Parts: sequence; C-alpha cells; structure tokens
Amino acid sequence: MDSIATSPAGGRVRAFSTRRLFRKLGFWLSVVVIVSPAILVFLWMLSLSLKNELDNSSYPPVFIPHPPTLANYVQVFAENSMGLYFVNSLIVSGFATLIALAVGIPAGYGIARLNAHKTTVLILIARMTPALSYLIPLFTVFQFLGLNNTRTALVISHLVITVPIVAYIMIGYFETLPRELEEAAQIDGASVWTAFRYVAMPLARPGIIVGSILAFIFSWNNFIFGAVLGSRTTRTLPAAVYNVLTFEQLSWGPLAAAAIVVTLPVLLLTIFIQKEIVAGLTAGGVKA
Amino acid sequence: MTAIALAPQVRAGFLARRRRHTRLLTLPAMIVIGAVILFPWLFTLWMSAFDWKIGSVAHFVGVDNYVKLASNQRFIESIVHTFYFTALAVIVPLVIGTAAALVFHREFPFRGVLRAVFTMPMMATPVAIALVWTMMFHPQQGVLNYLLSLVGIAPQLWVYSPTLVIPSLVLVEIWHWTPLVMLIVLGGLASLPTEPFESARIDGASEWQLFRYITFPLVAPFLVVAAVIRTIDALKAFDTIYVISSGGPGTASETINLYLYLQAFAFYNIGNASAVVVVFFVLILAMAMLLLHVRQRAKWTA
Repeated sequence: MDSIATSPAGGRVRAFSTRRLFRKLGFWLSVVVIVSPAILVFLWMLSLSLKNELDNSSYPPVFIPHPPTLANYVQVFAENSMGLYFVNSLIVSGFATLIALAVGIPAGYGIARLNAHKTTVLILIARMTPALSYLIPLFTVFQFLGLNNTRTALVISHLVITVPIVAYIMIGYFETLPRELEEAAQIDGASVWTAFRYVAMPLARPGIIVGSILAFIFSWNNFIFGAVLGSRTTRTLPAAVYNVLTFEQLSWGPLAAAAIVVTLPVLLLTIFIQKEIVAGLTAGGVKA
Repeated sequence: MTAIALAPQVRAGFLARRRRHTRLLTLPAMIVIGAVILFPWLFTLWMSAFDWKIGSVAHFVGVDNYVKLASNQRFIESIVHTFYFTALAVIVPLVIGTAAALVFHREFPFRGVLRAVFTMPMMATPVAIALVWTMMFHPQQGVLNYLLSLVGIAPQLWVYSPTLVIPSLVLVEIWHWTPLVMLIVLGGLASLPTEPFESARIDGASEWQLFRYITFPLVAPFLVVAAVIRTIDALKAFDTIYVISSGGPGTASETINLYLYLQAFAFYNIGNASAVVVVFFVLILAMAMLLLHVRQRAKWTA
C-alpha cells in the first residue's frame, strides 16, 4: 500500500485516498448503525425516568430532560416499596446462588472426574427447559405444603435456575484442569475431599466467579416465579415492577425509574465478566 | 501413579474407593436436582393424565388431555404463532448478528467499549426491557411512531394490531438477543486460520468473494450452533410477550407458553396445562439433542 501512496502518479494517489476515506466512513457508519439501537433504548429509558410527567406525555417527545429530576425515583421508593422488593430480590437470588454453589461446585468436580457424560446431558437439558414448565408442579406442591407466597418457596424455585448453570459451568471448568496435582496429593494420602477442597477448588476460582455471577443474574432476571409464587410483600423486583406498578396505573416516569432500578445491578455485574460471558451463556440457551 | 509399584489389588481398591468418594461429592446436587427438576418433570407427566381443576376433585382420564389438545383450535393456533415468532426471531438475529460480528472482527478504536455496549441488551432484565418497549410502542405518545413520522411513514398500531403484534414482539427479541449471535459468530471468526485469506487476497479475490467462499463456509458450524441456541430461546420466550401484549390483541400473539400459562394460572386447568408442558418439553428435548449433535460436529467446546 505504501508503494502506491508514494508513487509519482499523483492522480492515482488522490483517487486511492478518497476511496479509502469513503470506505472508512462506510465502516464507521455500519458501526453506528449496529451499536446505536442498543444504546438508544437504554438512553430513552434513562430519559423517561428523569423527566416530569408533562414532558413524558408530550408529543413530539422531549428527548433531553430539562431540567432532569429525580422525583420519579423518590416516588417509586417512597410510595411503592421498591426498597422492600429490592431486598426480596437480594435474599432470593443470594440464597439461590449460595445453595447452588454449595451443591454445584463439588458436583461439577465429581461429574468431571467421573466422566459422567449422561449426567452432564441431564444438567444441560435441565438448563434448557423453560422455567415456566416447572411452575405448575412447584405451585401445586407449595400449595400442598402451605409454602406459597413465602420467600422460602421463591428460593427453592430459583434453584431450578441456579443449580444447573453453576453445575454446568463447573463441570466445564474442572474438565480443563489437569488431574496430576490432585493425584499427587492423593498419593501423599489426601482424601478425595481434601484433594477437591484444597487443590482443585482454589484453581477453579475463575470458573466459580463466572458461575456465581451468571447464576445470580439469571435468578435476578426471573419474573414468572416471583409473579406466581410470591405475594404482595414477598415478590421479587421484576415481578413487583410488573404486578404492582402497572396495576396502580403509574405514569411513565416512575415506571421507567423502576425499570432502571431492576436492571442496573445486572448491567453492572455484566461488566465484571465481559470476557467469560460467551462460554457461560452458550451452555445451551440463555433464558432461564 | 504408575511410577509407584503397588500390588494390583491395592491399586484397584484405591481406585474403587476414590470413585465412591468422588460420587459422594455429587450427592447433594443430585438430591436437589431430583427434588426441584426431576420430580417436577414426573409430576407434570402424572398430572397430565388427570382432568383436574384446582379446587375440585381430579379424575383420571389417561391420554384424553392429549387427544383433546390435538383438536383444540386455540392450542393449534398457539403452535402456529410460536413457529411464526420463532422463525422470525431466529433468522433476523442470525443475519444481523453475523454482520455485526464481521464488523467487530476488524480492529478499530474503542472496539472493546463498543462491543460491551452492543452486548448490554443481552443481560438486561426482560421485564424492565419489556416495560420500556411497551412505552415505545404506544400508538399516540410512543417514540417509535415519532421516529417513523420523521421519515414520512404513517403511525403504526404496533402491538395493538393483530397483524403487527408478532413482528413487533420479534423486534424486541431481535434487540435483546442479536448480541448473543454476534458473540458466537465472533468466536468463530477468531478461530479461523489466516492462510486461506492471505492466499486468496494475493490471487485478487474481492471482499465479497472472501466472505462467500472462505469466511462463510468456515464459520457455518458456528452459525448452526447459534441458530439452534436461538431456536431454543425463542421457543422459551415468555416474559416480554406476557408483559407487552399478554397474548393479545385477542389471541393474536398467544404462543404455546402464553397458552399454557393462562390455562394453568387464569383458568386453573392443571391437567390440560400439564399436557401442554409435556408436549412443549418434547419439543425442547428434540432441540437439545440437535444442539448436542451439531456441537459435537462443530467440535465446539465453549
């Protein structure tokens, strides 16, 4: 390319660089076209949440809040118990993730070391089955046990989401770890538990972090368990935003503010696992 | 281990004990999976053989629920809606996602940041996203009709129109999940060898020829994996449809998922809804088997 640029034929140089400029412009145009829908929807959400009701219902729409107001956020927290629902979500997703780690990490290790492929397939299928299909049997059983409308029922139902994802990611991670270290420890007299707990598990930390973040996100994003198995006081955030706020005929501003409160924690968590996200997500479908 | 000379029976005993103890590690997870996953599957199958409304006595009806489904107009329509939704929600993200992957495969300033922005929709909470799109679809005050008016297109009814509702819902799905296709294809592009491209360039191949005859065939296995994953996810779509249209107007956007939800939790027809779950489960299972198969063929380990 350099040889063309320095060639004595001046016309050719100019034609070449204009073409290059056009190609560059075209490329950046395609970048803008591809990225803008993603960012614009979030910006619109933010804009709706920072405007007063008058601006939100005007046509043509007001794009830049002028002046921006936090009144919508204050309102949803003060009048619609967003704080309570936020805590509910933290409790449900937190416990469901912790239990999934407690049972899923050792299981992932065991399944990887036993080469139990059939169990792996079972977990993969569990991972792909829609959460909705577990709802009827769980609802019926919780009804029988008198657990409906409790946070306990919600934690148990969220295990349907968190256990398969943690187990599946851990199987994949332990399979990539060499066995020699554990075997050396075992020859020195270490038990299987010691080899797992003090040799393999510390090495698997990156996998554990990805697994727990993804499990937490999927559990946090789940809507239907909270909507059906929760009550007015035990609902998780997504269920509450839909069932409580939309039924109270809230205007757009507070609704958009609530939507941001629901999804912001997830977007922040995503930043930490940018690189590893693909492997975790493509473990057979994304939605829980 | 072979370096240490152990008597064969000692070694066999050691290995058997190790297997036993390793299996013990999987026990708690197996109990949990048995309780919250396998048991619901079997219980659903069992319930699907009963005519049972919550609050009344259950009658054993065998396969009657399934027989009735086969002639249930509303259920059959929900299957048609599901397939229509799924076809659009697989094909469009596949095309856009591949184009986006080709863009992000090149080096350019701020690539990392822009890629992170592009993938943001994927993890966002579906209910939150659905609420924002509901506001954007609003026929009078929605921002989408305003944007259309800027380019001289008449305002649309979006999710309030029986014919536009499914394409509108697919629009949300495209926005939400195209990033996943992009990431899968991008992974495929990163794994390609560079030699075929270099030699083709030397032979004077155009950019289009490079894509058509080298890139496309080489990333095709990744496209297949993306297509199957997308199909599974599109079949599962529930939250956004439920929040935005609830299957309406009328039953114009009622997919299998919406149908079974309404049967179970609006009409309390537990037996009938369970039969739908079983049919749906078989469908998902078939897709799962297909995914495992293509993944093996694509030698994809991610």
